[in-house]
Amino acid sequence: MDPVFLSRLQFAAATMFHFLFVPLTLGLSILIAYMETKYARTGDETYLRMTKFWGKLFLINFALGVVTGITLEFQFGTNWSRYSAYVGDIFGSLLAIEASVAFFLESTFIGIWIFGWKKLSPKAHAGVMWLIAFAGNMSAVWILLANGFMQNPVGYVIRDGRAELDSFFALITNKHGILEIIHVIPSALLLSAFFIMGVSAWHLLKKQHLDVFEPSFRIGLVVGLVSAVLVAVTGDMHGVNVSKTQPAKLAAMESHWETQTRAPLVLFAIPDEENERNSIEIGAIPGILSFLGFHDFNAKVTGLRDIPKDERPPVLPTFIGFRTMVGLGTLFILLTVYGWFKRNKLLENPTYLKIMMFSLPLPYIAIEMGWIVSEVGRQPWIVYGLMKTAEAASPVSTTQVFTSLMGFILVYGLLGAVGFFLMAKTVKEGPEAATR
Amino acid sequence: MELQTIWFFLWGLLWAVFFMTSGFDFGIGTIYPFAGKTDTDRRTMLNAIGPLWDGNEVWLITAGGVTFAAFPLVYATMFSALYTPLMLILFALIFRGVAIHFRSKIDTPGWKKVWDFLIFIGSFFPALLFGVAFANIFQGIPFDDQGVYHGNTFRLLNPYGLLGGLLFVLLFIVHGANWMAIKSSGGLQARMVLISQRTWLILVPVAVIFLIASYFATDLYANYFQYPVLFFVTLVNVAALLSIRYLVNKKTYFKAWFASAVTIVLCTFFGIIGLFPALFPSSMNPDWHLTAFNASSSPLTLKIMLAVVLVFIPIVICYQIWAYHMFKNPVTQEDLDMDEAY
Repeated sequence: MDPVFLSRLQFAAATMFHFLFVPLTLGLSILIAYMETKYARTGDETYLRMTKFWGKLFLINFALGVVTGITLEFQFGTNWSRYSAYVGDIFGSLLAIEASVAFFLESTFIGIWIFGWKKLSPKAHAGVMWLIAFAGNMSAVWILLANGFMQNPVGYVIRDGRAELDSFFALITNKHGILEIIHVIPSALLLSAFFIMGVSAWHLLKKQHLDVFEPSFRIGLVVGLVSAVLVAVTGDMHGVNVSKTQPAKLAAMESHWETQTRAPLVLFAIPDEENERNSIEIGAIPGILSFLGFHDFNAKVTGLRDIPKDERPPVLPTFIGFRTMVGLGTLFILLTVYGWFKRNKLLENPTYLKIMMFSLPLPYIAIEMGWIVSEVGRQPWIVYGLMKTAEAASPVSTTQVFTSLMGFILVYGLLGAVGFFLMAKTVKEGPEAATR
Repeated sequence: MELQTIWFFLWGLLWAVFFMTSGFDFGIGTIYPFAGKTDTDRRTMLNAIGPLWDGNEVWLITAGGVTFAAFPLVYATMFSALYTPLMLILFALIFRGVAIHFRSKIDTPGWKKVWDFLIFIGSFFPALLFGVAFANIFQGIPFDDQGVYHGNTFRLLNPYGLLGGLLFVLLFIVHGANWMAIKSSGGLQARMVLISQRTWLILVPVAVIFLIASYFATDLYANYFQYPVLFFVTLVNVAALLSIRYLVNKKTYFKAWFASAVTIVLCTFFGIIGLFPALFPSSMNPDWHLTAFNASSSPLTLKIMLAVVLVFIPIVICYQIWAYHMFKNPVTQEDLDMDEAY
């Protein structure tokens, strides 16, 4: 095993684990801020209990998100030093801006929110949560702009053997980055809405704490419905952009080998990368891929065979990732639309509640799959068209990376288990009893 | 002053502020299992840093981020050359972060014991390893012109490196005990005062030995001998160090904490001034030193980042001071009874 492969594995593991916590932090902070504002405005204790219950889950999740986030910043230097030296002028500045503009705000005010219940008025305290929500989502904006540069480098010049900033404006108006932002933030809200609905459904099925969980579920339903539609719309915009800027990724997403017009969408296929074809292909609908990629049934879609072998991404994970994400995305719309019609008769629909309870993990899967499409589909490039992943790794030894990778697997495994255990315990305990 | 020079000192300042703010968190975590005799003591210690430590840790992220943005080559070489110690620091910080959050979630002795241990590990090792790492940087690190590290990790544990580690641990303990003297009362406070006073007695000779050893082990003094006026900074540093004990004895704990904060910043600057213009010197060949002038970002990036830092860091400082001010009073039983308390 070479250090590049191990470093990739480590980065993938660390990032995917980190991203189990990020979306809930982004979305739930907004929803909690809304609940607490309701409390501050109306003085209704139910909203306070709601805020505190979801707040507890939020904080467990937040703690895990923060500690796993530090890893990512470190890893660019420890494992990807050639990359860092090559694009640090641009990429590093986006990370530094994220820390000084957004992460400081979030971390400082989270302490104030936890400990400031008696030191601030209810309105000010709710305001603190709005700040946290704003700061968290601002963090995401800068990080996604940084990722956007890796996907679609803009605003740079190559000078003295490295990429240097040429236009900061181009960098922060990068179309790819903007599309990521408007896709990721609604998907974080979607995940948070499904989280709230899933947990609420569990209590509603047990017919307990109805005063907290009925309104909670309804908040989740509205937010879930709106964000599920937004995620689909922005996902489509994203797809159209990718087919223009990253044809290899589009081809891999669809396991599409032959360049052709009226390219079909294949319902089921098993990619055979060695022989450059699909070993099984069922249900090809003509023109649909052309339409999805270019909004034109007759558009020409480049096949993988016309992309040099050493510039093709791994097809199987990209292909499966895309299918899973889109399939789940469609399911989310159906589930929330159905729920919308039943919103006032939730308790009479135990089957629906059960489905929503078991649907809680699905957005997690969809989001991770989305990142697989985005990042595996970008390979073999670390910065698209500019630098290959294989050239980007640090000159460190295999033993060092292997040891740290084992460390991550062990520590993250334990953290995941403890986090899940604490969350489950908090969910079971439920909110405080009414009227103290 | 040139842009790169400004950034060199800003870079040093951000690391110094990280050591100053997280320093007392690390110090308190280090003495935590020994000074916290009862569960109430321990919870008082955790809640004394509770509202602040998260924000304090971001200074590390910012210092790292600014190293990346302003001196990409330094970031790349430093983080890969110090791969193993940085991974250890990272794991330690992960442990500490979750331990502080999770310890009081379940009220059983076994559960708490595990997290208590991790709070200690997660505070002591970063304190020690940051000291070891910076002392090694002062000496120079064996890397070549391609940024490849030569030698093994244990080489970092040389006597001067370890002395740096010890200095950091002692500084942070005094700083942490001073913060606890502000934030506690009764027996715990008396114990913290004693810890501050006694640790100070070890700290002073260690600091003196470090200053002398730096003459033999590093080139830090070259800048000082060239511009003797710089020794003034060292003098202020010594004065701050000496005043800590005086202020603790006078029971003006906030001033004592301020003095230990100043001491930490100036101790960091003792090295930063000596290093200039190098950020990451190579012990193999002076031509391979990474300096503010050969490892910096483009002028455009430096300008934009300077604007960002000059606008936002003062804002950060303002709201952090506001947060410190909000939580300046001793931790009371009422605070510990709160649902959200650690």
